[in-house]
Amino acid sequence: MVAPQTPESLKISIQNLNFYFGTKQVLKNINLDMSEKKVTALMGPSGCGKTTLLRCLNLMHELTEDARADGVAILQPQDINLLADEVDPLWVRQRIGMVFQKPNPFPKSMYENVAYGLRLRGLKNKTELENRIEKALTQAGLWKEVSDRLQQPAFSLSGGQQQRLCIARALAVEPEVLLLDEPTSALDPISTAHIEEQLAEIKKHVTVIMVTHNLHQAARCSDDTVFMLNGEVIEKGRSQKLFTNPQDPRTENYITGRFG
Amino acid sequence: MSEATFKNPAINTAKYPETSIKFRHFLSFMFKLLSILGLFLGLIVLLVLIGDLIRRGGDRLSLDFFLNFPSRRAEKAGILSAWVGTLWVMLITAVMTVIVGVSAAIYLEEYAPKNRFTRLIELNILNLAAMPSILYGLLALGLFVHQMKLGSSLLTAGMTLSLLVLPVVIVASREALRALPFTLKEASYALGATQFQTLVYHQVPAAISGMMTGVILALSRAVGETAPLITIGALTYIAFLPKSLLDSFTVLPIQLFNWLSRPQEEFHANAAAAGLVLLFLTFLLNAVAIFIRIKARKNIKW
Repeated sequence: MVAPQTPESLKISIQNLNFYFGTKQVLKNINLDMSEKKVTALMGPSGCGKTTLLRCLNLMHELTEDARADGVAILQPQDINLLADEVDPLWVRQRIGMVFQKPNPFPKSMYENVAYGLRLRGLKNKTELENRIEKALTQAGLWKEVSDRLQQPAFSLSGGQQQRLCIARALAVEPEVLLLDEPTSALDPISTAHIEEQLAEIKKHVTVIMVTHNLHQAARCSDDTVFMLNGEVIEKGRSQKLFTNPQDPRTENYITGRFG
Repeated sequence: MSEATFKNPAINTAKYPETSIKFRHFLSFMFKLLSILGLFLGLIVLLVLIGDLIRRGGDRLSLDFFLNFPSRRAEKAGILSAWVGTLWVMLITAVMTVIVGVSAAIYLEEYAPKNRFTRLIELNILNLAAMPSILYGLLALGLFVHQMKLGSSLLTAGMTLSLLVLPVVIVASREALRALPFTLKEASYALGATQFQTLVYHQVPAAISGMMTGVILALSRAVGETAPLITIGALTYIAFLPKSLLDSFTVLPIQLFNWLSRPQEEFHANAAAAGLVLLFLTFLLNAVAIFIRIKARKNIKW
């Protein structure tokens, strides 16, 4: 059965991206297109550069000394190269949100956590803040659990809830792209399932790019999958196709569990 | 039975005699004992000191003692100018130390490039913390009193003591900032915050209790300092209260020293009483700082 083809627009287009830590090259000539309002999974063994690639997209690598990205990553529809020197990291991060591997809520109340991004942008109206917070928490699938105790500290939540709070925090500012860096690797299976369910809802509004080394996760909840190895893209394509009929023998070895 | 037998013979070759367990429990207990002893030693010395001061000078503590100026007659002498002076000097010191110390720490930790020059500055700050306080007095005499013509004033004293304790505050504040997890910064930046917003909303509030610990230590040291203040020309006999920051002053430790150096026994009682007040003032200053710390912690819940 062939999946129905819907017209897709390009969201991010990466061209000839090379990335270095000092003199060590960790990404080699990456070329990738990511479609709007889809989930793209970056999959591969530890150290293959998938997290580095993800962090590049909202310029988190600029926090690390000696890190240098060389190449082009164009955000559509603005048609702007994110990696160009003249692009302000703040401009990029206002449009491209990120959720990290380990839940990292601020040591404040849940309300303050989700409100923070909005406050940064100067939103002061209390009613609107509350509406946006409710919307974001609903999208992250957390609203029902916490709606009656928003003023409690974020660290009183379980690990899975904390991670969903972080997703809500990123969604509250209505980004165009959401980057997820192994969002469930520190969580138990039930919390993982929760977050995966929510992804289907989130991708209706936002383009999601997700790093995972769990191939079942990539198969379950992504539209497209990119398989990376040693800083290179080995294979990319529709997840359905890539998992059932891999073209490259290394992809096949990885998804059949011969290594990784 | 002295040892367990396992089904796997490989495990049985290793012997775990019960005596070893007992010995480890014993060590564990001894360490606990040692830490308790350490605590009590410190507490007992403090209690003996307070008890001794009360025995010698407790009788002198009265409202008059707080409200009288120093006098040539021991029974009429009081510490009004001294405790008011100490409060003023500590207030000036605290304000300057917090503002300058915290800003310097933030600059060094967050903004300054990490190169040989900044490392040299760091090393020098550590060295300054170990400088004898009288050298700060000499510096202040030359710089504040003579060059800037501030005289032997409250302002000079506050600035001198502030210089003296700044290294401690800078080092403690830097440590407090550095101890924060990198993920806190990362989370803030990822939402599009500037460095300033990240500092104001997250890093400084989260580090403030560590910073206040440094301030508490610093002020406790400053309140008892005598040498640098004598060097800049603090008076030992003052029969008026300071009206402005440029007035001359005296402080409790100097008053105390002055009374102790007299031959009459009655003045020694006064010195003991002033010592009690000084101790109490130190506790009070610490209590204020701890109160601020608790207040600040309330909004931060890890």
